[in-house]
Amino acid sequence: MATNTPDVRSQFTALRMKAPPVYLDCAATAQTPDAVIDAMDEYYRTYCANVHRGMHGLTERATLAYEEARKTVASFVGAMYTSEIIFTKNCTEAINLVARTWAEEHLQKGDTVVLSLLEHHSNIVPWQQLATRKGVHVEWIPVDKEGKIQTGEIDAILQRATVKLVCVTGLSNVTGSRPDIASMTKKAHDAGALILVDAAQLAVHHKVDVQEIDCDFLTFSGHKLYGPTGIGVLYAKRDLLRNMPPFLGGGMMIQDVTMEGFTPAESPARFEAGTPPIAQAIGLKAAIEWLSGYSWEEMEAHEQTLMTACMRVLQRMDGVSVIGPHSATERSGCISFTVDGVHPHDLTDLLGQEGIALRAGHHCAQPLHKHLGVPATSRVSFGIYNTEEEIDLLEKGMKKALDILKI
Amino acid sequence: MDLYAENILDHYRDPRHKGVLANADITHSEANISCGDEVTLHIRIEDNRIADIAWEGTGCAISQAGISILCEELHGMSVHDATALTKEDIYELLGIPVGPRRFKCALLCLHTLKNALHICEGEPVQDWLQTVEIEDE
Ligand SMILES: Cc1ncc(COP(=O)(O)O)c(C=O)c1O
Repeated sequence: MATNTPDVRSQFTALRMKAPPVYLDCAATAQTPDAVIDAMDEYYRTYCANVHRGMHGLTERATLAYEEARKTVASFVGAMYTSEIIFTKNCTEAINLVARTWAEEHLQKGDTVVLSLLEHHSNIVPWQQLATRKGVHVEWIPVDKEGKIQTGEIDAILQRATVKLVCVTGLSNVTGSRPDIASMTKKAHDAGALILVDAAQLAVHHKVDVQEIDCDFLTFSGHKLYGPTGIGVLYAKRDLLRNMPPFLGGGMMIQDVTMEGFTPAESPARFEAGTPPIAQAIGLKAAIEWLSGYSWEEMEAHEQTLMTACMRVLQRMDGVSVIGPHSATERSGCISFTVDGVHPHDLTDLLGQEGIALRAGHHCAQPLHKHLGVPATSRVSFGIYNTEEEIDLLEKGMKKALDILKI
Repeated sequence: MDLYAENILDHYRDPRHKGVLANADITHSEANISCGDEVTLHIRIEDNRIADIAWEGTGCAISQAGISILCEELHGMSVHDATALTKEDIYELLGIPVGPRRFKCALLCLHTLKNALHICEGEPVQDWLQTVEIEDE
């Protein structure tokens, strides 16, 4: 059964407006359904209080809601234990947390962290910072012309270097290609390395099961998953968390503080210093519950229809080159492309004037763009609420814009 | 009013003074890193006047039309007047409503000119904040 898009759209204030945006920028941030806004609204209006502090009824209710959110996230990714879920500010902070705690403690000078060329800057820079701090090497898994990871290269790197960690995206925010995470996990583990999966894009478009992929760390953001900004998630295996030093210092992350020093709390509190994103956790829970009203099969089928239609439109346009896999079935989430002689900022500015929202630039993936030989691209990305009519509008809008810009 | 007004598209399609200058006194490049716009300016100065000017570059219509329009204006201008140009002068020359999304595209020409002239005078280059005149409060 296909997702009933009019019904989906009716649940978003932004999409019920008279002239709703043709919002094709979900990979940057998704629109927020009313259910999420309502859940946060209820917290702020009726039981606004801090968590794990005090004995009054409001704080109890807030604490319960915050910890319920953790349970919801744990079951969403298939975690074995609720304490394996740490709330952060976003996906970026979750990756930094791993770099500043686990990696800081366990990596030595001369060890190697492996990244793929598909990575977002948030899964690159924390490792480069670690490399500078600790004398750790960073090695890159190359991608082919279609932006697919060259799996053979992983074997070569794992053989020649002391690899301690492999960091890879579950779904590229530029090419829409989906590395074979399960096989990379197996390779990493066989070589004695751990694996971190950046699921910022993956978690929105496909089911994630950390037991099935057996990854050690997994990260994502709430705002790309129809949830609020200001919250991210780190999943880490319990045994790893037990041996990780705290991240930021402050309230909540301690068991005991004396004038001489402190004893850190257990996970997850150990990694959540200060007042956490309470309303955002409540919003994220609402987003996950809202999303589970749809099956992955229907969402995937719906988005595949959009992907196929949009690839067809772009591939038949003069001068348009699509980055990444040529076949629609090998990609999900987004399509990045260039147009001969037209700068992406001009194209997307003119589309924006027609109410069509696309992103332009290097999409926080400069090494990939450099590798593919393009300075910047325009990107269409889809969500559960997009329609085929919007792809038609995109086609019309692009024709109009390119008429204006063509030399 | 339209960002992609006729004069902008005209200069974008048919850029003026585009090329290199063999006997330039100053050659200076600047980029708008977040967009990937690039401009290299070549200037020849005689009797404190911009006797000849040329530019090379790649990027969006706004940045490329901007430098083309500015070069037409600069040709023959005294160095003194060129040094005094402000961002308002550039906006007036372009004649389009430049909003917060595109002001760096529009002002790349000014940024390149300012720093070319600073280097010519042996002065330190200025950063983007100074060019766009944003107060760092
Ligand atoms: C693949 C990928 N990783 C990480 C991020 C970073 O997410 P955030 O900015 O929410 O931390 C993004 C978002 O653009 C992304 O697409």
